[in-house]
Amino acid sequence: MLLLLASGSMYAQNSPEMRRSGITYTSPGTQALQADDSQNPGMLWVRDGAQRWTIPSGDARKSCADCHGAIATMRGVAARYPAASPSSGSAASAAGRVITLSQQINRCRVEQQRAPAWPPEHADLLALESAIAFESRGLPMAPPAQPALSAAQTRGEALYRQRIGQVDLSCHDCHDRLAGKKLGGNTIPQGHVTGYPIYRLEWQAVGSLQRRMRGCMTAVRAEPYAWNAPELVDLEAWLAKRAAGMRIESPGVRP
Amino acid sequence: MARALITMPKSARLGEIIEVRALVQHAMETGYRRDSDGSMLQRDLIRRFSCSFAEAVRSDGTRAAPGTRVVFAATLHAAIAANPYFSFYFRAEKSGTLIFLWEGDNGFAHREQATLMVNA
Repeated sequence: MLLLLASGSMYAQNSPEMRRSGITYTSPGTQALQADDSQNPGMLWVRDGAQRWTIPSGDARKSCADCHGAIATMRGVAARYPAASPSSGSAASAAGRVITLSQQINRCRVEQQRAPAWPPEHADLLALESAIAFESRGLPMAPPAQPALSAAQTRGEALYRQRIGQVDLSCHDCHDRLAGKKLGGNTIPQGHVTGYPIYRLEWQAVGSLQRRMRGCMTAVRAEPYAWNAPELVDLEAWLAKRAAGMRIESPGVRP
Repeated sequence: MARALITMPKSARLGEIIEVRALVQHAMETGYRRDSDGSMLQRDLIRRFSCSFAEAVRSDGTRAAPGTRVVFAATLHAAIAANPYFSFYFRAEKSGTLIFLWEGDNGFAHREQATLMVNA
């Protein structure tokens, strides 16, 4: 019986009705900033990305719109990622591998536009990702059912529960067990990834989920995984599953 | 690349007080910080924001007051956060164009405009 109770409370944190977006833990001022598109600084990146969508680029002189049409066709796309990459004609691409939305954008850039890939956190990459995520605002997170993705989610969950760093904490320790409690002056959120890319007041800029995760890893005095390392992609895949069904709020604003 | 978002009504009644909001993308680097190598980051600030009103040309080709007049201006300093946001109120008396100008270090200049139609 005790065991049942214990496991019951553990799962209560992750049951859909107990899940809370990180914005609900922030101050009324931060909530107002996110809610009003004329004040939300993330909208600058969204606007920038929507404009970039139509600008021809690379040796192929193709814009995103040349293949995809209007950016409105991206509705629902951000809700699916990370996902197993669709197969393409190029032998160099690893079809079937699970990739993030920003990796897919870079893949389009290299294979279709024939332009050099953007480095992680490049302003143009974040702008496009913000604009694409914005098209899915209000939709539920919906990771597809794919065997490769399912395997990545399983690996990601194991990493999520792995204690790391000199501080010896796992993601699960803070964002499930201690969510709602304080870390310094800040309330620990449940860590649902519904607002990415987010405008973080501390960064004074828009940043990716990987930037957020690497920041956490440094904070627990672990060595962060390299940008786009398979471990970070697996973690992203697990976090998307963990937030499945929650509404996308990009561009999110966080302290 | 700089981006700005202007939020204001497209039209207003004569004498109505409207709210104008202007958000611009800018790092607002203070010049007091160091990068990860320890070298100073060069100051890069917006120094001035101004909004001017240019009255629309009348149907007979004349203007009551030629040129533009400043309706709001601010001087910015190092303690202002990145991506500064301004909101101010403006009495709509004539149709015309609001011209927003941000100027700063390293030759930064960004201009936006928005038209306002005043219905008598």
